Amino acid sequence: MTPLSRRRALTLAGVGAAGLSLAADRGLIGKSDEIPFLGQYQAGIVTPAQDRLHFVALDVTTRDRDRLIKLLKDWTAAAARMTAGRDAGEIGAVAGIPEAPPDDTGEALGLPPAHLTITIGFGPALFDRFGLSAQRPAALEELPRFTGDTLDAALSGGDIAIQACADDPQVAVHAVRNLIRIGMGAVSVRWSQLGFGRTSSTSTGQATPRNLFGFKDGTRNLKAEETDALRDHLWVQPGDGPEWLTGGSYLVTRKIRMLIETWDRSSLTEQETIVGRYKGSGAPLGTSGEFDEVDFDSVGADGQPLLPATSHVRLAHPDTNSGARMLRRGYNFVDGSDGLGRLNAGLFFIAYQRDPRTAFIPVQRSLAARDEMNEYLRHVSSALFACPPGLSGPEDYWGRALFG
Amino acid sequence: MRTTHRLFALATAGVLGASLTACGSDSATTETDGGGPITVSATDTGCEVATTTVNAGTSVFAISNKGQKVTEFYVYAAGDRVMAEVENIAPGLSRNLHVELPAGTYETACKPGMIGKGIRGPLTVEGSAAPLTDDAALLAATESYQRYVKSQTAALLEKTTEFVQAVKDGKIDEAKALFPVARTYWERIEPVAEIFGDLDPRIDGREEVTEEGLTFGGFHRIEKDLWETKDISKSGPIADQLLTDVKEIVTKANAEKLSPLQLANGAKALLDEVASGKITGEEDRYSHTDLWDFNANIEGSKAAIASLRPVLEERDPELVKTLDTEFANVDTALSAHRSGDGWKLHTDLTEADLKTLSDAINALAEPISKVAAVVSGK
Repeated sequence: MTPLSRRRALTLAGVGAAGLSLAADRGLIGKSDEIPFLGQYQAGIVTPAQDRLHFVALDVTTRDRDRLIKLLKDWTAAAARMTAGRDAGEIGAVAGIPEAPPDDTGEALGLPPAHLTITIGFGPALFDRFGLSAQRPAALEELPRFTGDTLDAALSGGDIAIQACADDPQVAVHAVRNLIRIGMGAVSVRWSQLGFGRTSSTSTGQATPRNLFGFKDGTRNLKAEETDALRDHLWVQPGDGPEWLTGGSYLVTRKIRMLIETWDRSSLTEQETIVGRYKGSGAPLGTSGEFDEVDFDSVGADGQPLLPATSHVRLAHPDTNSGARMLRRGYNFVDGSDGLGRLNAGLFFIAYQRDPRTAFIPVQRSLAARDEMNEYLRHVSSALFACPPGLSGPEDYWGRALFG
Repeated sequence: MRTTHRLFALATAGVLGASLTACGSDSATTETDGGGPITVSATDTGCEVATTTVNAGTSVFAISNKGQKVTEFYVYAAGDRVMAEVENIAPGLSRNLHVELPAGTYETACKPGMIGKGIRGPLTVEGSAAPLTDDAALLAATESYQRYVKSQTAALLEKTTEFVQAVKDGKIDEAKALFPVARTYWERIEPVAEIFGDLDPRIDGREEVTEEGLTFGGFHRIEKDLWETKDISKSGPIADQLLTDVKEIVTKANAEKLSPLQLANGAKALLDEVASGKITGEEDRYSHTDLWDFNANIEGSKAAIASLRPVLEERDPELVKTLDTEFANVDTALSAHRSGDGWKLHTDLTEADLKTLSDAINALAEPISKVAAVVSGK
């Protein structure tokens, strides 16, 4: 049957009381809350960062290459439907026969697309199977251990990553839940993460948000409008590695627990000294505006640099990392509380880059060794994925160039 | 029994109702006039069913919970035999219930707060709409499964009798050895047992689901006496009652006419049992013999699918292939935990072992959930 959009399905279902759903439908008209699924690059990278995240890392359990390819095709079709505000399956949540379980779980009925993007990446271990060793890019190596890492193996790595971002958490969760369901028997969930409150802006049109330390985060992020910088720092270029990844990007995730109770007891001066920015304006220390250039050189009356040598901004800045830049796209998380009554909270760090060996890895080495902020951080999860380029048309599917 | 799972009773809860509620009030009447769902307005004190007479065949009830308590809705045949039920309807929500009813007299019931006898009302089913069993292959399927039920109930009665005797004789070791064996026959056909209302919780209820005012009895009470209290000197009356209840359910199960749809839903319900109770070790929390039950549930599910096989081969051979593969994968994953004639204890399995089993069950349960639609022929 013709696939129905969720809005249309709701209208049909509400026979005799269509007024209300029609009103909701009208409310959507003229609102461009749908992000195109097809394109040169995968959506969900330079797309203006949405407010909510549901991220899942999966292990591939099947050894049948054809089954994996079929899953990638099924996923692609479902993702195309869901990002357009439609049900995951062709029939939908309520249009099927009574005896069958619906092919969509239904919790997004009546909700708009909410800027949903679904982005896929492939982890290093996948390439050792399915005869893909030759297709594995040299840069797709497990990340090295960094000083201070307290990683939980069960929360790290994975063969396939799916990042769903939307402005409505229910829409993001719906997307991941349905993709997991479609994958049963071929993949198994390894770990997953919910996030709220984007901690970076990926477009000049977005204001810089704050992380759970209360500071503006991602002021100097790579932005969608910086075409040249995106080419140099974000997208894998021809000749960088295997051809299937050209137009793609490397995705690093780090779940970083923040010890917020002790942070909250530190003085404003200490907090600003550690970050290297003023808490209110977000301006680098020694300057007055958020977007002012970082002043590495000025010294105060005491002869000390206004921007301390161990501040986060200084250590992470491209100028102290051979020009390394990344597109950060992280989210805050609060996973309830721990056994001691402390909030289990922090930053789910997400960064896309052209090559982790010249971006995340050197920057994190520098931070891990000297960043004063480490006193308040625990890195508990780590993963690296290679995200293929965008899909060319309806017949294309995730990973076609890799498996094809 | 697990918690309050009785999926075997043809229950299909839809989400269509949720949007109806969200959209307003008049839609339900319109649909009833057009032969659509029968609306049920459930409150904390009332249970208004739009009609008390329906035609034989499949009926759809659209239950709206307008009360403050979580509610359930049941269709009972004589003797409180559950024909269909929908559980856990939260305040403000609506759910649909599909049930295949032959001509006869029934009762409807809302259960605000999910306890007690509920608020009852009469329901008359008129005529003789042709049930699915008119199809010869489907008839053969139900007859085949009925034979399976008969064989299992015979063994259940025999082994339960031995178990009860051992308990009454104070033979702890013998009783412990017989406990998982007797349960195997129970677990294979549990969805059939669940049709008969209160009998299932009496035989297989766990302590936390024992209703207020009732005594915690049945298999799991004796399990607790054997493994935790380590005192069965006072377990005699409990054991006698267990045997009485088992005898009753065996008689009823053997007399029960099952529909093909019940077989399909039962095959799935057995996997739900595994996923929600056996994987977690909740079922046999004192003895940790969950893997016996796990295996028995899988065998029972396989038996129901086997009875339906000719029908499925005819209508959806691809699905049969998938089921064969996934049943084999579950068997492989489970066989790693064999121990002698039985199984390892749940407590001897690692988290990774359980994840592997859980993945295998999920992989099987998804295709099995499609069987009912194939059987219904739509």
